[in-house]
Amino acid sequence: MLYFIEQCLNGIQLGMLLFLLAAGLTLVFGIMDLVNLAHGSLYMLGAYFAASFAALTGSFVIAVVLAVACSLAAGMALEVIAIRPLYGRDHLDQVLGTFGLILFFNELVRLIWGPAGMTLALPSPMLRAVQILPGVYYPAYRLVIIFAALAVAAALYLTVMRSRLGMLIRAGASNREMVGALGVNIKLLYTLVFGLGAALAGFAGVMQAPILTVQIGMGENILILALVVIIIGGIGSIRGAFVAAILVGLIDTVGRAFLPDMLRLMLSRNAAETLGPALSSMSIYMLTAAVLVFRPEGLFPAANR
Amino acid sequence: MTARLDSSLEAAPRLRLTAPAAFNIVLIAILAVIPLYARLSGDGFVLTLSTRMLILALGAVSLNLIMGYGGMVSFGHAAYLGIGGYAVGILAKEGIASGLLQWPVAVAAAALYALLVGALSLRTRGVYFIMITLAFAQMIYFVAIGLDRYGGDDGLTIYRRSQFGGWLDLNDKTLFYYLCFTLLLAGIYLVSRLINSRFGLVIRGTRSNDRRMRAIGFPTFRYRLVCFVIAGALCGLAGALLANHTNFISPAMMHWTRSGDLIVMVVLGGLGSLFGPLIGTATFLLLEEGLSRVTSYPDLILGPVLLAVAIYARGGIAGLLGGRARG
Repeated sequence: MLYFIEQCLNGIQLGMLLFLLAAGLTLVFGIMDLVNLAHGSLYMLGAYFAASFAALTGSFVIAVVLAVACSLAAGMALEVIAIRPLYGRDHLDQVLGTFGLILFFNELVRLIWGPAGMTLALPSPMLRAVQILPGVYYPAYRLVIIFAALAVAAALYLTVMRSRLGMLIRAGASNREMVGALGVNIKLLYTLVFGLGAALAGFAGVMQAPILTVQIGMGENILILALVVIIIGGIGSIRGAFVAAILVGLIDTVGRAFLPDMLRLMLSRNAAETLGPALSSMSIYMLTAAVLVFRPEGLFPAANR
Repeated sequence: MTARLDSSLEAAPRLRLTAPAAFNIVLIAILAVIPLYARLSGDGFVLTLSTRMLILALGAVSLNLIMGYGGMVSFGHAAYLGIGGYAVGILAKEGIASGLLQWPVAVAAAALYALLVGALSLRTRGVYFIMITLAFAQMIYFVAIGLDRYGGDDGLTIYRRSQFGGWLDLNDKTLFYYLCFTLLLAGIYLVSRLINSRFGLVIRGTRSNDRRMRAIGFPTFRYRLVCFVIAGALCGLAGALLANHTNFISPAMMHWTRSGDLIVMVVLGGLGSLFGPLIGTATFLLLEEGLSRVTSYPDLILGPVLLAVAIYARGGIAGLLGGRARG
């Protein structure tokens, strides 16, 4: 039972991480109608920025702030230089162009930081395990991730639904020309939205950096999960992305933790060890396929689409 | 809209001696003499690289059939390569080395998978279709990782290439090259016959305007599904060749970035052009190979090249040569 609670928390933590990635992706997808495969590269960049700044300044918090700021700047620069010409183009062109960007960023990181991965050490208070329920201990840092992501989600929701910028974003999503005609600088707006998405992706990378090794290509597999999340949640819907992210995170983690044990009842130990994780990874894609077949617009279709 | 419809419905040109046709003939002539060059120069690597190019080009030809002519952007095409490859690898591991059995199984398995995927995904459109094909390919990718008996994540070495009695020895590199060459040309010929047939007209019609095609009475779903299955079978064959070429299969050959590579090859060469996939595959592999010889950071150049192609070169290289550009 304790193990189960712990695994559920791990699942929620993965879900939160996926949400940070998916939120930016779904905004860019829903508003600019852009398939951005390079989103995972921004996640990777964020992690590398954080590892470098932490090594440079020795402070985890400063590293986080600087890394997110750099991701924002990198995202906005990327939008102006490379992404802008892809708006309004065929999705296929966007896939090709942003696929090229993945190759570019992987190589750029190899050039700057070298082929070996990096690690990011946590400040010692975050290394402890805290008692969350009587007898249930959980790593403090993973709780930090969950709460940080929740705070970001709330801030994002308030920004999009309650602020003037959010109003413009939503208006831009439903009718780009009309918003432009009313005198809003739609180009600047798009750059801001893309930068925001990049900052969120960078933040996800930063938060994940201490848990995983920071390495080239770390964004590629998680990008696919983030795409799955926005498809399940409904393109353009932040609320949908939130629910779908937690769903995907839970299925993946809990399946990985318990399927091997369940399979062991029927199969040999080795076979179960290999098959279990594969099955739980598969189940996510089965869910995606099922959602697309039965509810092609996702679970929470954005109202304006 | 009308202009677009017209241009994509006109009969695709058969082989005439225009500038692009002359280019294609030169390309084929070069490919035909590569084994000779390899033998004279003693450069075996050229032969290996070219064989790989021919095999991947066959996969790209298959993708072009559905993507270029049918407008079905499959982001999971590497799965067929993997299925074809695993069919060969699994049968070889179980002691069935006969290619006369292995290859039909590879093709049939890929076709069956395409039938399943197509039946479910062709209900969706646009970006949802891209994502659902990706999701299915990911599923197969994880199935392969779960195949403990066949190497799981590490993959499986194939110790014996497919056996064809005494009359075709795949260990003979030159012979294997010409086999791939012949199958690629046959694949291109098959696609050219298909798209110029009534069936192909319907497929190209659905790409321009599916609703209109249905309105005039074509059950377009069935047409598209058949096209999807044919493409899957063709790519399964390419997978069987690939497994024989590398003597190795692993889930990595189905990673989503491999599907991305196939899309790159098709779009780079020219979407909806008969020889585009071959041109694109050759360009992509030669760029990769050439760049990695002059710099240790080849993708730093290759990536922006792809971006530039996406932004500026509509119709890919074949389009630049003056062949059929994309509508």
